[in-house]
Amino acid sequence: MVHFTAEEKAAVVSLWAKVNVELVGGEVLGRLLVVYPWTQRFFDNFGNLSSESAIMGNPKVKAHGKKVLTSFGNAVKHMDDLKDTFAELSELHCDKMHVDPENFKLLGNMILIVLATHFSKEFTPQVQAAWQKLTTAVANALAHRYH
Amino acid sequence: MVLSAADKSNVKACWGKIGSHAGDYGTEALERTFCCFPTTKTYFHHFDLSHGSAQVKAHGQKVADALTQAVAHINDLPNALSALSDLHAYKLRVDPVNFKLLSHCLLVTLACHHPAEFTPAVHASLDKFFSAVSTVLTSKYR
Repeated sequence: MVHFTAEEKAAVVSLWAKVNVELVGGEVLGRLLVVYPWTQRFFDNFGNLSSESAIMGNPKVKAHGKKVLTSFGNAVKHMDDLKDTFAELSELHCDKMHVDPENFKLLGNMILIVLATHFSKEFTPQVQAAWQKLTTAVANALAHRYH
Repeated sequence: MVLSAADKSNVKACWGKIGSHAGDYGTEALERTFCCFPTTKTYFHHFDLSHGSAQVKAHGQKVADALTQAVAHINDLPNALSALSDLHAYKLRVDPVNFKLLSHCLLVTLACHHPAEFTPAVHASLDKFFSAVSTVLTSKYR
């Protein structure tokens, strides 16, 4: 089980409080689809994903990004209990959505990069390290129930 | 993965804008790498890795200078990076996984300092570029 120090938790929680989940969620998912176009394979029914502007402006991308990041907010609330918190979602991603867990790592890195664009100097190496640890732990929790 | 004309243009424009900050960004990217991925420190056990270390600063400049060279010769990376490729294959032998970690931290550093320029398209081009550089640097490993 991953252990977060008090400092790491504080770094995560304090930054999260300032995150506009709707805006950031859309940007995170959008960037995933732009930077790693093969991830579009999971979103055949999302309509126009033919260009950077189409993807970033796509309302389904924004809505789904918001959904994903809202779920991530649950991780921030349960940093000591991620495997249980994401057990059901893990099964869902395996059995229903058939998503290769590698994609969770890619998405995690997109979260970090979007946070960096929003928070700049505030996103110090130490803050990045705490968030890096969290996204890795969430990725592992989501992969935990795969079979 | 092939760098398109647009990718090359994005990379050159971005790197040009960075200018003299390249060394600082190289240093910051290293610091972020050591901080976020402690296993990477195993390659620098002979360095002072504390914040502000002169050794890390010098190494950050080295990395930045090499990337500047790569940008200047973006149409022929294997030739431009041949000596560095030999160095990494026969002397340094840094495990390939670490190139992704440093590349990621370079992207985070650029995102922090140039959020407006770091659009999704530019982000994608830079990610591809660092990936291409990493491939060349590990090309002679076996």
